[in-house]
Amino acid sequence: MARSKLPRLRRNSQIVFLLLFLALLIFTSLRPSPGGAGDIHLRAPVRLFFEWDPLIALTNALASHALYRGLLWSLVILVPTLFLGRFFCGWICPMGTLQHVVGNMPSESKRGKQRIESNRYKRWQTVKYVVLIAGLVAALCGTMAIGWLDPFSLLVRSVGLSLLPAFNFAVRAVITPLEHSHIALVKITGESLHTVLQAVILDFRQTHFAQGALLGVLFLAILAASLRVTRFWCRSICPLGALLGAVSRWSILGLHKDAASCDKCNRCLLHCQGGDDPIGGVPWRKSECLMCMNCVDSCPHSSLTFQFFRNEREVTSPDIGRRKALTGLAAGVAVVPLMRANTGLGKGRHDLLLRPPGALDEEAFLSRCIRCGECMKVCPNNSLHPTLDQAGIEGLWTPTLVPRIGYCEPSCVLCSEVCPTGAIWQITPKEKGWVVGVGAQNGGNQSIRLGTAFYDRGRCLPWAEATECIVCEEWCPVSPKAIYVEEADVIDSAGKTKTLKQPRIDPSRCVGCGACEYACPLQDRPAVYVTSIGESRSPSSQILLGK
Amino acid sequence: MVEETARTPGTPPALTRREAMLQLLRVGGIAAGAAGAAFWLSERSARPVAMRAEQARRDHRVSADPQLPKLSVVQGGEPRALVEKALEDLGGMRRFVARNDVVVIKPNIAWDRTPEQAANTNPELVAEVVKQCWAAGAKRVVVTDVSCNEPRRCFMRSGIQAAARAEGAEVILPNAEMFREVDLGGVVLKSWPVFTPFLEADKIINLPIAKHHELTGCTLGMKNWYGILGGQRNRLHQQIHQSLVDLASFMLPTLTIMDCYRILLRNGPTGGNLEDVALKKTVVAGTDPVALDAWVAKAYWNLDPEHLPYLGMAANRGLGTVAFETLEMKTSQIA
Repeated sequence: MARSKLPRLRRNSQIVFLLLFLALLIFTSLRPSPGGAGDIHLRAPVRLFFEWDPLIALTNALASHALYRGLLWSLVILVPTLFLGRFFCGWICPMGTLQHVVGNMPSESKRGKQRIESNRYKRWQTVKYVVLIAGLVAALCGTMAIGWLDPFSLLVRSVGLSLLPAFNFAVRAVITPLEHSHIALVKITGESLHTVLQAVILDFRQTHFAQGALLGVLFLAILAASLRVTRFWCRSICPLGALLGAVSRWSILGLHKDAASCDKCNRCLLHCQGGDDPIGGVPWRKSECLMCMNCVDSCPHSSLTFQFFRNEREVTSPDIGRRKALTGLAAGVAVVPLMRANTGLGKGRHDLLLRPPGALDEEAFLSRCIRCGECMKVCPNNSLHPTLDQAGIEGLWTPTLVPRIGYCEPSCVLCSEVCPTGAIWQITPKEKGWVVGVGAQNGGNQSIRLGTAFYDRGRCLPWAEATECIVCEEWCPVSPKAIYVEEADVIDSAGKTKTLKQPRIDPSRCVGCGACEYACPLQDRPAVYVTSIGESRSPSSQILLGK
Repeated sequence: MVEETARTPGTPPALTRREAMLQLLRVGGIAAGAAGAAFWLSERSARPVAMRAEQARRDHRVSADPQLPKLSVVQGGEPRALVEKALEDLGGMRRFVARNDVVVIKPNIAWDRTPEQAANTNPELVAEVVKQCWAAGAKRVVVTDVSCNEPRRCFMRSGIQAAARAEGAEVILPNAEMFREVDLGGVVLKSWPVFTPFLEADKIINLPIAKHHELTGCTLGMKNWYGILGGQRNRLHQQIHQSLVDLASFMLPTLTIMDCYRILLRNGPTGGNLEDVALKKTVVAGTDPVALDAWVAKAYWNLDPEHLPYLGMAANRGLGTVAFETLEMKTSQIA
């Protein structure tokens, strides 16, 4: 038989989907476009990979008893997997592809015999099924902790919030000095490079994210693990891989091993991605195979082929056993009560936890948010950041608005457009209701409020320092403004009386956008700041009677 | 490096004299190099000083023509017709823009608002000015501003980006790397980062919109120069009148065309609510920025110059005339 063309086909498919993923991730941002005065929407289907992800769909369904928006698309992956096995992992998944690339790099610990040994099936490959069971049970109990480990969440969070901003920084560090050069040729080169890169890959502005460096290092560490063990993540941890492995038990496509021609040379293990025992003499492990087809290509005797409807001994289900399944179950059951015994959701909510506009009430939010960071990536003001402890342990890496870095732009709803799970429910600028006046002109609907602003009169210039200011009032985007001023006579250090305008907040008008906090000239600790009290999503966190 | 030579077991290998000399030379060379570099670097050590900002007042005025009015008020038409008439009254765009000029137009594109909300300059008005600049033979026509809100949103939703591009203007969004430190030479405004396109113009046309402002009552033409600055400009409010005068005496425009097509009467300068907007269908244009602000403040907010101290301060600096009544002024009504 001629060498199989399938591995090459697979490689092309991997490249295409990796590039598609990166392109969509890069386009998960507001790019300068020739748009007019209408509402601004993202045109690229940036949620695509999440909507293909059956794990997100399943956990979303378990937690919310419904399927949000485009998650029905996950059938596009789930149904073929039922018939064909884990082709998604080997042919499509960009996280898998990145590991595949790293795994192929020359490495001291993966040479010859060692390489063959490392690609034998290992018991620890079942860890991912425990992770999956725990994640599903946790979702059923009301938390989307699985988002920490879902491959797309991991990728978008790590690449979008860490590696891409770092890349942007590095590119700008090279281009900017060129652009500022006194030599005309260098300057023009720098400027044209900037124009080209800006159109293709560079962000409009340099973004920075809380924990950005940590997220990047974690991700690189996961990739580096593939240097030692091929596709370490896919084989041992990935809960999506586990789900697809579990559902591929009925698949009709499988590896046919021709025992007669096999001389047990073990060459099939050299490039095996899944660690699924393609070798002779033992049954093939269906749930582990990523359908990469490398074994078919490696076999010198053409003993291996993928065939439909074969009748052969194989290990159809993950060899997880009752004990491990119970461990997963117990972990999933325990995780929610444990995390909620902590402060955070139940008691002692952080005053600076400001959720994006459209976010559901905290409990519903945590049962949907997969911590993917799409909302943070898309925010044009770089306002949204992954939490560390502000939302409790359970809320690690969920989004919070940091007005000091960026406020919430009044008519922008991009975060709600990209959220794949409805943790931030899709809203329109009209529903947000910040531009047409609070309540009044919004068809009687209440506007969305993220929190309420407060003055620190000990730091505010007109209150404490006999100095004119009210920049906060200038920036307040609602109309009538939530900040009003009162003229007051103050005495300066020379004993002279000055008449100043001192700002105050009307909490019934304040939407908590944070523009005042952002604009306050006290850059380090602002004299006006937003806390979460009064956020419209939370009936138990209100100031005013009648709201 | 060490050559394998036959040696008896137990005796440590010895270098030949030649090899030893070479090794000494190598080490000595490195030591000398390191010491030399260290002494040289040590000589260079000096306390870091900030780069000296360039000093340059930007005077883009054209010479006055006693035959022509200093101020033109046109009422009753659509934005494009209003501008056209105002420019005609002032002697035509050719008076202001010469062949091969680089013209920078500075509308107010500060806020993420639509044209109806009247927080930014009317896009049609901007487009007409661009068109007139081309007709006058300009080499480049740039439309730019340093927005307050997110610039991509401001440029799109104000409609200015699309309208100006449709007329062939170069629309430049603010970019953190395109600021230059300039000594504004003011009383309170000294060294500030200024957006580069404003420094590289032959002619500058100020295109503000008249709006309410809590601190001063209204925000007019001179306040529009806030938008050439980068840096921490949220400090300017502390001495707003002096800041306005400092800016206005740094940047002297060729022409000011004030958008009063729609004006924002309350909750400015951001607005948002259409109830705060009044349709005035007016454009006020001229070469005297002080008189222009004084006229608009009186006409729409009934504010006399004593309520706007910066007007008198600017007049004292020789930037214009507060008493617009004394100026040659032309008022036109179009259908």
